[in-house]
Amino acid sequence: MSIFLEKRAQSSRLLSALVPLLAIILALLIGAIIIALSGTNPWEAYREMFVGAFGSGYALSETMVKTIPLILCSLGVGIAFRATLWNIGAEGQLYMGAFAAGGIALAFPQGQGWWLIPLMVLASLVGGALWGLIPGFLKAKLNVNEIITSLLLNYVAILWFQYWIYGPWKDPLGYGFPYTAPFGEGAWLPTLAGTRIHLGLAFAVLAALFLYFLLKSTRVGYEIRIIGENPQAARYAGMNIPGTILLVFAISGGLAGLAGMGEVSGVIHRLQPAISPGFGYTAIIIAWLARFNPWLTIAVSFLFGGLLVGGYSLRAFGLSDSLVLILQGLILFLLLGGDILTRYSLRWKRSRA
Amino acid sequence: MTWEIVLATLAAAIKAGTPILYATLGEILAERTGILNLGLEGMMLIGALTGFLICSMSNDPWLGVLAAIISGGLLAMIHAFLTITLRAQQVVSGLALTMFGMGLSGFLGKVVIGVPISSYFRPFDFPFLSQIPFIGEVFFHQDALVYISYLLIPILSFWIYRTRPGLHMRAVGENPATADAMGISVSGIRYLYTFLGGCLAGLGGAYLSLAYTPVWLENMVAGRGWIAIALVIFASWDPFKALLGSYLFGLVDAVQFRAQALGLAVPSFFLNMTPYVATILVLVFATRETARRHLGAPAALGLPFAREEKT
Repeated sequence: MSIFLEKRAQSSRLLSALVPLLAIILALLIGAIIIALSGTNPWEAYREMFVGAFGSGYALSETMVKTIPLILCSLGVGIAFRATLWNIGAEGQLYMGAFAAGGIALAFPQGQGWWLIPLMVLASLVGGALWGLIPGFLKAKLNVNEIITSLLLNYVAILWFQYWIYGPWKDPLGYGFPYTAPFGEGAWLPTLAGTRIHLGLAFAVLAALFLYFLLKSTRVGYEIRIIGENPQAARYAGMNIPGTILLVFAISGGLAGLAGMGEVSGVIHRLQPAISPGFGYTAIIIAWLARFNPWLTIAVSFLFGGLLVGGYSLRAFGLSDSLVLILQGLILFLLLGGDILTRYSLRWKRSRA
Repeated sequence: MTWEIVLATLAAAIKAGTPILYATLGEILAERTGILNLGLEGMMLIGALTGFLICSMSNDPWLGVLAAIISGGLLAMIHAFLTITLRAQQVVSGLALTMFGMGLSGFLGKVVIGVPISSYFRPFDFPFLSQIPFIGEVFFHQDALVYISYLLIPILSFWIYRTRPGLHMRAVGENPATADAMGISVSGIRYLYTFLGGCLAGLGGAYLSLAYTPVWLENMVAGRGWIAIALVIFASWDPFKALLGSYLFGLVDAVQFRAQALGLAVPSFFLNMTPYVATILVLVFATRETARRHLGAPAALGLPFAREEKT
């Protein structure tokens, strides 16, 4: 007996709407089995996660805080996907953006000028973009596999970031802890009254708008889409493919860099060895789940922000928040499998014809 | 004195290169049939954890290795089912595998972080061969898993290039439609080698937790899976060149580690970067070489195969 696929005459509309939802539900069910096997009541663990993420005004605001970097990173990864480029390096680009913005903030500890925040934003965009341009350049000019290079650069970026915190930028008044001095208040992004939701949210929404219009109504956006959908045609049409690859990586890296700025300027207010629980990796799933649509990206990011925040509540049960990564992996598996079922139907066959 | 340091560094390079070597060989098997599995990092982590857990329970490192091999293979079957049967996007499925493996190993391994084990793979003098000057000291004062990897290289090479099943495997990776017409089961062969590739990745992971640093640490594979994926390109899908590449990386690792121990003026952060930077440089070089000498990847790498859609 074997399983084979039969192409549907028409891809199922209903299924393609249902698949992401089903993927998440099924992933939670499989996750429940894993939790149960580790000796915890899965229902209680999930309830704790849900309450921790969405159950109160405070929880919702914390979820929103995590949503901000997720939106920015996912938009970056998503635009690369649109051009069938794989930017697995958002994590490192985020760190480089935070490094650049943090450098500016530390250079002006008393800085109260209106220009400080815009300068930090600019620095983070440039820092992330330059870091993204390394795999972009290697891909565009030498056709080096960007998946591997962008991923390996994450390790390099984080080590670079940590060198500065453990070394030259360590706070002399910090009792030897690996932190930089706190930023001056002029380098703090304003927050929404009573919460930690910061101005980065506006950046994220603006970035979504920017990408939406870029893809929809500019020549560059058109070229990005064509290169993604039909590179052969793009080549015949004489499009500048290497140039577009560079541009895509610069935008993608810049957005991740901006996410890093938001974290250090809006939330942490200084630099510390770890500033991201893997936003750049989660972004890959979000981009895929949102099918690279900028608006859906915002909604899905909120969901995954909740998953991250909910994950912290698991510690109360003595469970590792690695469960969040498990769920993310499962969602991606199920989504991939489910995607196929919208285009094909599964048939069982007793023996090979 | 200095000579001894050189010998010790080279011996350490072999040790550091071995987990990468196993993973690279595994990926070569899968990619030779057209299946790109970016889940190496996840499979290595699961292998490292399973090996460690089973060994600490049974006190038998061999049982640990066996469990690691099986767990790596089983994890690879998820990728196989998604990409072969369901024809899903191979890159995304591999990334999902890595996340899943990272999460699962972190989740299940929490209780044994840093716990020491009493039995693990210790180096021993290989009879006779260890007496050879230089070669003996570098290559034959190692542990059993290193000796097995020496054997595995010629076996895999012979298998791939000189046997009928090896021919079928390459046919499936180069031209699945023709292989199918010849009556070879494309799916069957892809399943088989994706599974075996996962087994070897699991073994590579277990090398880390049962021989290299006999302990379990979260994310202890530390990017070696990704380095291995890059090395497959460097090796142009050839087991012997995989050996060369892996030991080169072992050497980078061993030298930077020794430099840290000697308290070199360069901050450890920069020394820790060297394996990743070196991998990128090697990848750039290898990409240019493969393009120049037409040593392309298996032609069907990354592409699903569907018989009924042929025209």
